Amino acid sequence: MFRTWRQKITLTDILVWVIGLSIAAVVIWGTISTLQSGKYSAESWFDLVVKGLALGGVYALIAMGYTLVYGILRMINFAHSEVFMSGPFTAVFLANALNNSGFLNRYPLLGILAVAVLSMAVSMSVAVLVERVAYRPLRNAPRLVPLITAIGASFFLQYTFRGFYGSGFEAYPTIEALNGAWQLGTVRLFKTQVVVILAAIVMMFMLYAIVMWSKLGKAMRAVSEDKEAAALMGIDVDGIIVFTFALGGAAAGAGGVLYILQFPVVHFYMGFIPGLKAFTSAVLGGIGNVPGAFLGAMVLGLLESVGPNLFLDGLGIPVASQLKDAIAFIILVFILIFRPSGILGERLTQTKV
Amino acid sequence: MQNKYTDWKQALRSGLLGGVIVVVLSLIGIVAAFINTYVIHDVISLGELLILGPVMALSLTAIRKATNKQPGFLLLTAAISGLASGLVILALAGLGQVINLRAMFLNASPDLYAIYAYQQAPIPGLLLRLLVCVIVSLLTAGFTLLPARIKTALGQGLLYIVVIGLMGRLITMMLSNWGFVAILFQWMFAANSLSLIGAIVLFLLTAGLAYWRYGRPKVKRITDPKKQKVVRWGTLAGLGVILIFLPNILGLWFSEILDNVGLFILMGLGLNIVVGFAGLLDLGYVAFYAIGAYTIGVLTSPELGFFNWTFWQAFPVALLMAFISGLLLGLPILKMRGDYLAIVTLGFGEIIRILVLSDWLKPWLGGTQGIQRIQRPVIGIEGVWTRTLTSQQDLYYLILAGIIVVAFVAIRLRDSRLGRTWMALREDEDVAVAMGINHVATKLTAFAMGALFSGIGGTLFAAKIGSIYPSSFQFLVSINILSLIIVGGMGSIPGVFVGALALIGLPELLREFAEYRYLFYGAALVAMMLTKPEGLWPEARHRLELHEEATPPPEAEAEPATENA
Amino acid sequence: MDNILVSTKVTKRFGGLEALSKVDLEVRRGAIQSIIGPNGAGKTTFFNCVTGFYTPEEGEIIFNGHNITGMSPDRVTHRGISRTYQNIRLFKNMTAIENILVGMHPHLKSWLIGAIVRDPRTVREEAEALKEAYRLLEYVGLKGRGDMLAKNLPYGEQRRLEIARALASRPQLLLLDEPTAGMNPSETQAMVHFIQRLRDELGITILIIEHQMRVVMSISEKITVLDFGRKIAEGTAKEIQTNPTVIEAYLGRGAASGLGEATAQG
Repeated sequence: MFRTWRQKITLTDILVWVIGLSIAAVVIWGTISTLQSGKYSAESWFDLVVKGLALGGVYALIAMGYTLVYGILRMINFAHSEVFMSGPFTAVFLANALNNSGFLNRYPLLGILAVAVLSMAVSMSVAVLVERVAYRPLRNAPRLVPLITAIGASFFLQYTFRGFYGSGFEAYPTIEALNGAWQLGTVRLFKTQVVVILAAIVMMFMLYAIVMWSKLGKAMRAVSEDKEAAALMGIDVDGIIVFTFALGGAAAGAGGVLYILQFPVVHFYMGFIPGLKAFTSAVLGGIGNVPGAFLGAMVLGLLESVGPNLFLDGLGIPVASQLKDAIAFIILVFILIFRPSGILGERLTQTKV
Repeated sequence: MQNKYTDWKQALRSGLLGGVIVVVLSLIGIVAAFINTYVIHDVISLGELLILGPVMALSLTAIRKATNKQPGFLLLTAAISGLASGLVILALAGLGQVINLRAMFLNASPDLYAIYAYQQAPIPGLLLRLLVCVIVSLLTAGFTLLPARIKTALGQGLLYIVVIGLMGRLITMMLSNWGFVAILFQWMFAANSLSLIGAIVLFLLTAGLAYWRYGRPKVKRITDPKKQKVVRWGTLAGLGVILIFLPNILGLWFSEILDNVGLFILMGLGLNIVVGFAGLLDLGYVAFYAIGAYTIGVLTSPELGFFNWTFWQAFPVALLMAFISGLLLGLPILKMRGDYLAIVTLGFGEIIRILVLSDWLKPWLGGTQGIQRIQRPVIGIEGVWTRTLTSQQDLYYLILAGIIVVAFVAIRLRDSRLGRTWMALREDEDVAVAMGINHVATKLTAFAMGALFSGIGGTLFAAKIGSIYPSSFQFLVSINILSLIIVGGMGSIPGVFVGALALIGLPELLREFAEYRYLFYGAALVAMMLTKPEGLWPEARHRLELHEEATPPPEAEAEPATENA
Repeated sequence: MDNILVSTKVTKRFGGLEALSKVDLEVRRGAIQSIIGPNGAGKTTFFNCVTGFYTPEEGEIIFNGHNITGMSPDRVTHRGISRTYQNIRLFKNMTAIENILVGMHPHLKSWLIGAIVRDPRTVREEAEALKEAYRLLEYVGLKGRGDMLAKNLPYGEQRRLEIARALASRPQLLLLDEPTAGMNPSETQAMVHFIQRLRDELGITILIIEHQMRVVMSISEKITVLDFGRKIAEGTAKEIQTNPTVIEAYLGRGAASGLGEATAQG
């Protein structure tokens, strides 16, 4: 057995392990020195954790679009970040109108609900439109081709919305009911973050229920297993694919509303980074896997908010939060190297020959 | 009976879609933006074309899809389609009068409605618009009913008018460099576009030529290998002469564009090895470009004052850095396949950009302020004759030299055992490995060569700009390079040149479109993939010229080439 | 007893499923041997274990006296084992001659520098390789097809090209995975003769997976029968035909007609 082990090991593996271990060492060292310095109190760590979870909730909802579409078509829907952008960027006008009429502060719940419905509807329509125009005609094309159309569609959507609403920033109104925090002993909970986390959990559960237990969800899983067999069983494959895009789009639109509750400014380029993060979450959790996307998103959100302070501050790196995205991507790279199937993904059996 | 009914529904649907497209284009703002960009001066503008184009295109679709092909019926179909489109446009204008759409859509302005109404009072103006929509649709229908020869001639003539008309500004600008030649053509152009007379003459010429050429055999291909060789070398020599004098012919402004195109060709050739030959989708290619540029910056800039090397001292170090980082990134990730590789490389590109931007590395890399006063390359021998390459024209030659070297290497690699190995991996990785190919080493070579070429691009970029900022190394650059390869034709070396000219050169030339560059870009990518996914200049399956005559293929002649299928 | 390939107690599991369990197999140098068995018996899995695509959980595979268990596929090929695939897997968008040239990979040396500089050695090597490739093309009866894309060749020719590609690495042991699948009787007959020629003229040892009993019975010196990942019988064609376990394994799946037909003709 030792012999086979030696034959399998290559220079690559050694190098990967060396890099991996040295990064782990840096992280551990940074963590220890940060904790020793005592610069942050337990309360501020708690703040960061809650912030991370709220961020994770947004990523989770966007990640659904990637994960569902990947599961069914085995393609990265690169335009999904624009699907995400379109919802809140459109709904900002409704929010402002509601705010000006005073409706939003009188009935905050109804107001937010209206904004969310519009945002979800727009994102959903954009997702379905992209599928119809850019992906459906290419169902049987080589893999690279739909990826390129996705990039093209992504540009087109960005600049279409830029043309529609302008290249500037649009601000969402503040909702008074969600301002401030609850004080629980020494820790405080920001109302927005609590609302975002709860809403994300509820919505993720609803999505999970749809995928696992509804008739359409079952058909969806059948199609993702085997398109031809599903078609033979009388499932309308095209219809199911449209449904998948619609579901992912609606989730992204909802995620958009949770996003603007935390960062109340929208513009045409806002989709790129959250989209990339959401994709990272989907991969992190195991792409094609709904609970995995949720878990991956939460992990990523936490790493992003806690990571810079915890890992890097102790090393004396100035403004460590600038590097939060770098942390996210480094984690992505290493997850893909050491566990390509993600946290919850099944390990694929060796390549079939 | 039912057939007729569905035809009408189809016509209506096409028409509505056409109208929606016009409305969307209007709301994006490009109709109003180009209403004064004339194709023919004071006759028809690009903005007007953007309104009429979709209307005509969709009535054409309606005609194509109609099951009843009687001429009268087709005219009716087109009219319905045109009417529907016109009504949608009118609906936007009407809605705009009632409520203030501008609170949401920036471009739903009175200007737009005035354009719809041909600057007339709303009621008669909009009715005129409706009439025009129907008329152009009818004309479209009429056009399809013409005999093929006239159709071709008309189509060619109109195409030339639109293309030359849009290029009017460029052509007049180029002409201004040439003195007396300009006078010969002056009458054809008016205020950056074609004059009416110019348009008519151009149309008669091109349409006439197309009519005359229709159905005639094309110029015979030269089959004699000796003559072929002469022709080939002749073309190359001619091309060489043109390339040498190009900056002088075109002037400073064009040289700048040429330099940009050249840099993208350089990097395109490198990425083509990675994506086109070896089939590894690399979305973080810009990282190596940044590494090349920043190495030059750090080593030569007196502002940072670490090394103060000259450009040529730093050059090999920069290449080495790019090459090594290609190897280092490649080693762990090349076991991944397809989409995962794409995402990881993308992540890597972003990591590099974030690091460069960060305050942490600011003392070394300059952070957001970038690196200024990078040493320009100096050529010649110290004490005899030296020249510092600073102008765009000087750098053109440097970039040209770079392209020649890189293209040569790329061609050699393609036609070698290594090139075959890459292709085999691209086609079927498992089988390639079973053929005894070490896939990690092979992919790594491709990856590192790509990184090296990108690094060359980066060094030349630093030399050209003289100061570098993190904003020059965005994800968009990677996408630009990838797109130009795909538009040119994956794996095709001439395709890289064509792609770079089309995607980098054209938008730079058409500066009026700068604002909408990425809009067109995105639309073009999608359209390209839907209609011609193999690219503008697809890779010809290269024959192994060495032994073409070694075995005269008797059977292959009997069954003529299915080769390019 | 000169065995070129010896596998002892090779076991391969996928999750809970044992695709191969304790398979012992010996291939005599210079022989044509076969592995038969119903669908899912683990035949192709065995090939994949030998060629390094899979690493068996237990057992050893010895080739020419060297332990090749768990070696990566490219190294196994360098040692002298080459294979074809059940569903033809050519490099479809490369020409026939390029396919063969890729097969020659282990015997060529030029790499990056050679490719760019084209030194005399590289040029000579490439010229010789090309000549050899055309010779192989002719040998498998595809003369004149060199410049055609592999995907444009008719089915039977694709099979031959795949064998030519496998031969290009100059193997000592050739593994053929259902070489006659999808062929009509006369094509099958031609393929059988061709396989025999390979052994007789080139001295290559050949191990075949086959479904068509007729083929197996007519050319194999020794036949190994797998069922559910286990070796259930081994011996000459005669012995296999009369082996009650084998008959049961096939009868149990209603495939008796195949065996009966083969017996009648064998």
